[in-house]
Amino acid sequence: MSALSCCIHSAPCRFWNSSIGKKIIVALTGIVLVGFLAGHLIGNLLIFQGEHAFNDYAHFLQTMLHGYGVWIARIFLLTSLVLHVTATIQLTIANRAARNIEYQRPATVTASASSRMMIWSGSTILAFIVFHIFHYTVRVSPELAEIGAENPHAMVIAGFSNILVSLFYLIAMTLLCSHLSHGVGSIFQTLGLRSHKTALPIDLFSRAFALFIWLGFISIPIAIMVFGFGK
Amino acid sequence: MANLNLTLKVWRQLNAQDHGRIETYDAKDIPTEASFLEMLDIVNERIVEDGGEPIHFDHDCREGICGMCSLTIDGVPHGQDRGVTVCQLHMRKFKSGDTIWIEPFRSKVFPLLRDLMVDRSALDRIVAAGGYIDIRTGAAQDANALPIEKDKAEAAFEAAACIGCAACVAACKNSSAMLFVSAKAAHLNYLPQGAPEKQKRTLAMVRQMDEEGFGNCTNQYECEAVCPKEISADNIAKLNRDYAIASFKEAVS
Repeated sequence: MSALSCCIHSAPCRFWNSSIGKKIIVALTGIVLVGFLAGHLIGNLLIFQGEHAFNDYAHFLQTMLHGYGVWIARIFLLTSLVLHVTATIQLTIANRAARNIEYQRPATVTASASSRMMIWSGSTILAFIVFHIFHYTVRVSPELAEIGAENPHAMVIAGFSNILVSLFYLIAMTLLCSHLSHGVGSIFQTLGLRSHKTALPIDLFSRAFALFIWLGFISIPIAIMVFGFGK
Repeated sequence: MANLNLTLKVWRQLNAQDHGRIETYDAKDIPTEASFLEMLDIVNERIVEDGGEPIHFDHDCREGICGMCSLTIDGVPHGQDRGVTVCQLHMRKFKSGDTIWIEPFRSKVFPLLRDLMVDRSALDRIVAAGGYIDIRTGAAQDANALPIEKDKAEAAFEAAACIGCAACVAACKNSSAMLFVSAKAAHLNYLPQGAPEKQKRTLAMVRQMDEEGFGNCTNQYECEAVCPKEISADNIAKLNRDYAIASFKEAVS
């Protein structure tokens, strides 16, 4: 028995390679990412509380658990993200392959537009995450890095004062809203927690959560760009 | 009601190797009381009279219980009408002048045999993998002698209504067979006769489903919407749950 075949027949490998197992991984990592979004948004909204509150919050994130906290969170989130993206890409490839000949006259009875473009909304969000990390976390722009080291609040204002940055942010957040409106409800179904009795509340919760995340995140660049917040 | 004059766009394909194509037929003077399949019979008679090859399509009982008829009409398996097979779809649902697209149930897993006929034996192989009970469970009166919770009995009965027509696979954007598999598994897993083999059954049926090459469920519920027996997607949630538990038990046992 080679090491490879031993791995292939192991329980975690088998689970990952099964259709339902892989979807359960997507749902569980989805919970992590959804939870992160809610926390990230609530933290970000401190910007409206004032410079002091926001900078204290940024300082807390950087220094919690002697500075290890932020790295534990980053590794955990990155692992979840990689699993989520890898699994969904593999599932999508398998799904496309399962219908080799398309209908000449296709029709959709009930599937939502959001549910049909998950791979595209997801890809855009992934591209945004990469940009966002380089923009505000790694701070590749020396100008932003200089402001950010002193005053994260001012860095956010300066970052969003760029119209292209704000525009990409708005597009990404809108697609995130679409992604969540299908994704949050799907978590319940994939984990076997949805039934005809709970279907309506779950769908409503899914959409309400997506709307909350969307309105919350876009409020920041809109306040800066349209209402001149912080300038 | 006056008889209908329709245009049909029908998928014609000689065999699995042939490149299929849409061909157009006039279906004139169709009585509104005809079923959809009777309409095709009328069209076929005319094709035969003209010396052509009739349109081949699957059908058997023509009363909605055998699961043999399998036409995708205007992109929807069994047509726009909810909760009926295509043999129960009536021509009174159409208007004179309509153009109707008729295609086979599409999935890589269902090889096309001819025209509108596909080979759905992949579904039989899934049932053969675990959709049964290993022991003798007795005759009808023995079932009545067993106390079964009303909710479970009803859920099992509703799942057992699946006729295995594969409309769920044909309607799914991903060609997934989850509604079929979940109904066949739930029907036995709910009942005391089937419960002892629940874990073995769930794992075997899902693995056979994956082996066949069906797509993966993305929770869009197209299957539930087109199912002629209105099987609930609750069964899919149950299958997901049962599979997670069965996988865990298998891994630690």
